[in-house]
Amino acid sequence: MADIKKVATRDSYGNALVELAKNHDDFLVLDADLAAATKTGIFKKAFPERFYDCGISEQNMMGVAAGIATTGKKVFASSFAMFAAGRAFEQVRNSIGYPHLNVKICATHAGISVGEDGATHQCCEDLALMRTIPGMTVINPADDTEARMAVFKAYELDGPVYIRFGRLALPIIFDEAYDFQIGKGVELKSGNDVTIIATGLMVNEAMLAHDLLLEEGINARVINMATIKPIDSKIIVKAAKETGAIVTAEEHSVIGGLGSAVCDVVCAECPVPVVKLGIYDAFGTSGPANELLDVFGLRAKDIVEKVRDVLKLKK
Amino acid sequence: MDTAKRVSLEKKATKVRMGIIEGVHSAKSGHPGGSLSIADILTYLYFDKMNIDPKNPKMEGRDRFVLSKGHAAPALYSVLANRGYFSVDEIKGLRHTGALLQGHPDMKHIPGVDMSTGSLGQGISAAAGIALSAKSFNETYKVYCACGDGECEEGQVWEAAMFAAHKKLNNLIVFIDLNHLQIDGTIEEVNSPMPIDQKFKAFNWNVILINGHNFDEIEKAVEEANKSTTKPTAIIAETVKGKGVSFMENQVGWHGSAPNDEQFDIAMKELEDKLASL
Repeated sequence: MADIKKVATRDSYGNALVELAKNHDDFLVLDADLAAATKTGIFKKAFPERFYDCGISEQNMMGVAAGIATTGKKVFASSFAMFAAGRAFEQVRNSIGYPHLNVKICATHAGISVGEDGATHQCCEDLALMRTIPGMTVINPADDTEARMAVFKAYELDGPVYIRFGRLALPIIFDEAYDFQIGKGVELKSGNDVTIIATGLMVNEAMLAHDLLLEEGINARVINMATIKPIDSKIIVKAAKETGAIVTAEEHSVIGGLGSAVCDVVCAECPVPVVKLGIYDAFGTSGPANELLDVFGLRAKDIVEKVRDVLKLKK
Repeated sequence: MDTAKRVSLEKKATKVRMGIIEGVHSAKSGHPGGSLSIADILTYLYFDKMNIDPKNPKMEGRDRFVLSKGHAAPALYSVLANRGYFSVDEIKGLRHTGALLQGHPDMKHIPGVDMSTGSLGQGISAAAGIALSAKSFNETYKVYCACGDGECEEGQVWEAAMFAAHKKLNNLIVFIDLNHLQIDGTIEEVNSPMPIDQKFKAFNWNVILINGHNFDEIEKAVEEANKSTTKPTAIIAETVKGKGVSFMENQVGWHGSAPNDEQFDIAMKELEDKLASL
């Protein structure tokens, strides 16, 4: 296979902030002593007077972000997903969510692909936590292009947004002509035998699974679901009706994330079998990211297995 | 402060206290003790000090106030109503289904509320954020905040304290309502945050100690705080929980319970007598 350009979405985030700041002077960027890792450091270098390091105090950072937003300015607040969505959950809920403030929570190092740092830093619950907050928009981009576009669209959106970025470099899927819209799923491969709905780094695996399944004579539809909330129920219902079976794939707990959001729609509007691929009620562990994705079964071949499972249930 | 101004503020504060009692009595729940202890400070800020316009609650460049001890909402609401942000009739709807006045401050719906608060420790961070925004965008307004003494047991208060001093937020003035009581007992018994003044000093704040029921001292402290060139200011205000209603004063039981009809009549009579005496 030819060398495919790979970029970690955390880098996309830092670069997008700099792009955004060139045309907009009404926002600030906060971090909690992780600027080098979350890549807000790229912004800090370019626009030092608009960057504030809150130090190791994520709860205060979320409150500070809320305060800034009350003054009519926008603000990006970053840390690892574990601390942004986990540690500061209640600050995000009460100080940002309840007043529906214009804070963009940009969390990096999500999922087990954090790698060597291990379970304490591998947040597989952030999508579930953030989804439950009324009015919170939740986005999990699949590649560099989508990640940068998500930052721009989040800036334009009036209200709180949670965007999930990763540490692991991912193949680029979309070109610059891609029209990313918050709340819209995108059909990447057509097919009518089964639908794979994937998010984040699992989108590339879903594309690979599509090719593997074709070899077995199974034509799988692949949908990229970057926005976890509000979920694109139209594209889900259409897929349920036309393909009769769905596999969801996410680098996140199967409790409360994409799979659950898809099931919410399918159960209510068009019941068909859904099999969820994700982290099965477990903590992560230390190891190189690419080995962990194998160990935790988050590869194209694992999606293929789930497709076989769901096809057995399909009527 | 001249006598006329002091008397005028004392009258307003007494009316504010009557609003607190009316609201909590009507709601049959709420927090009268900590509302009464902060009433004089809020009265001074909203009726004398702050650059605000009740007819234009979102006025650009206005001074801000964040009630970090959000359970003292009855005091904030009574001040806002008496100041003309909304009808005093709204006070009787406090905590009622479908009414304007939520149990804790709600900036989305209540005119004059600059930040939604209620979960302790969070308002002071928001106040620091507002102060930081003012500095970043070259605004000259001041940010006032009120925290409870028990609230200082929240770790976030000290995260915010460290942040505000490090970022040199001299436009931030935080009152600590030192009424010495929290739900489970005295702050000294439960998990003492004392000495609060020395803690703020150690966090590089400008610290001023006052009697939180003395308008001369409140005014002098705020004027001094506004002269600070590099540090945020903590005004540690010694107060009496339940101040102004004899049977509520210094009684831990009045942290979060409402007066019955008989107690309501006694409280209102005391406050009416006080008003008449001024």
